[in-house]
Amino acid sequence: MTGGSAGEDGSTVEAAGGTPVLRVENIVKRFVTDSATVTAVDHVSFTVAQGEVLSIIGPSGCGKSTLFNVIGGLAEADEGRVVVEGRLMSGPDPAIGMVFQEESTFPWRTVGDNVAFALEVAGMARAERTKRVRHYLELVGLKGFEQHHPAQLSGGMRQRVAIARTLAFGPKVLLMDEPFAALDEQTRLLLGDKVLQIQQELAQTTLLITHSIAEAVQLSDRVLVMTYRPGRVKRIVDIKLPRPRTAEIIGSKDFGLYVAEIWSDLRGEASLGMKDAEAHLPQAE
Amino acid sequence: MANRPLAEAKCLPAALGLGGLAAVLALTEMLIRLGWVNRFIVPLPSEVFVSFERIILEENVLSRFLATAGEALAAAFLVSLTGVALGAFLHRHRLLRRACESWVAGLAAAPLVLLYPLFLVIFGRNALTIVMIGFVSGLPPAILKTVEGFAGTPKVLLDVGRSFSLSPSQLFWKIAFPSALPVIFVGVRLGLMFSLINIVGVEFLINFGGLGQLVNELAERYDLAAMYAAICFVILVSVFFFIASEKLERWLLRSA
Repeated sequence: MTGGSAGEDGSTVEAAGGTPVLRVENIVKRFVTDSATVTAVDHVSFTVAQGEVLSIIGPSGCGKSTLFNVIGGLAEADEGRVVVEGRLMSGPDPAIGMVFQEESTFPWRTVGDNVAFALEVAGMARAERTKRVRHYLELVGLKGFEQHHPAQLSGGMRQRVAIARTLAFGPKVLLMDEPFAALDEQTRLLLGDKVLQIQQELAQTTLLITHSIAEAVQLSDRVLVMTYRPGRVKRIVDIKLPRPRTAEIIGSKDFGLYVAEIWSDLRGEASLGMKDAEAHLPQAE
Repeated sequence: MANRPLAEAKCLPAALGLGGLAAVLALTEMLIRLGWVNRFIVPLPSEVFVSFERIILEENVLSRFLATAGEALAAAFLVSLTGVALGAFLHRHRLLRRACESWVAGLAAAPLVLLYPLFLVIFGRNALTIVMIGFVSGLPPAILKTVEGFAGTPKVLLDVGRSFSLSPSQLFWKIAFPSALPVIFVGVRLGLMFSLINIVGVEFLINFGGLGQLVNELAERYDLAAMYAAICFVILVSVFFFIASEKLERWLLRSA
């Protein structure tokens, strides 16, 4: 069932097929504290092909979000580099569009103005901007909500606004950090479907950071499993489930087997994380 | 329509507010007429109402209203500009903020109006003294709330801006400032209240200028009904500034 995997040898984990759009090479990120230097991400390398969805999954504290910030250019790596379509990234770049875990719509702007934000800052003409905003709002299923404010929408709708805002800027790579973490289970599933549909329609190269195994299997072509601290590539699992990933496929035996396989990889790492967290709890006297 | 909550009805809240005020005035009138409240301390509301005509025709209250409103406007402009700029500066310089925040807060509670002799010596007995006292007394809440507003800007919103490669100036004007604006305006409104109280207080103390001076003169003559009517004009200045600040806040948010 498993199509391919990679070990903890630090070598580049190549995309399953097609030309890599995103190339992450030997990323190392360390944090210096008063007492020690902590390596959060240790020589992580992988590539993502055009139109591919790669999910990164790992236990809490494995450096997923640090990696998200490094790839998005919000944090500087101590070693390694990020390359998009052969161009070296040296900070935030329009080639990489980021969708965040937390509520990130601008409450003072209408839905339409939120989606138009980056286009407006980039100086796009109003007519072209309006056309593009309409297109992306329709794509995420929010047509007719242009004049609403984020406070008038549900959490799932607000996250769709954030996705539309990022997509409207036309990134080569869509980078999402646990975008459904704050939503309830049913909304997560529905929004997952929607994201998958949009990704297929746009053939959008996507890198998804998540801690949900089911979500990773539902959305991805490949799942990269990370080790617990320091965060390294433990293994990459090819998800060879047919698309579209309908309710039947999600409820299928194969889907369950992929979930079980990834959990068996992840379980040891999650236990390490839990033990580490317990060890750092203050002891009762 | 029938199920629409009463609180959302368009005219009902205003009607309820005015009705409540009328009821309080009627009750006061009744208590005074029954002798339960001393009419030499609190005048009859009906007498206050009648004295409006007198203070408009005989006491030139409209030009005094404009004088006080003009001083308040000048102080408000200075408070907003300086308070927000200083607040933004302190937010950016953490050491400086930690060094001054507590004494700026202390200044907010200080009776600055008592420093009026010092201001008289520096600026003379004129409108500038009144404006400067209004400005200084309104400054602390504007500074403190601006710092609080910027500190409360969610990091993720700034990260969104950075991810779109916004320049530091665009990050400030397009994200940090509009995000902090509601809290900044709380500070500006508090500052305006402090300013207005001090402006009228100084006009009263130095017997110069607008409504404060009129209140002083009417109190000296023990014309209580007219004095209360003049105080109503002070409240009108406050209402005017409150409405103007709300409109300005909405306009700034729309343009952000």
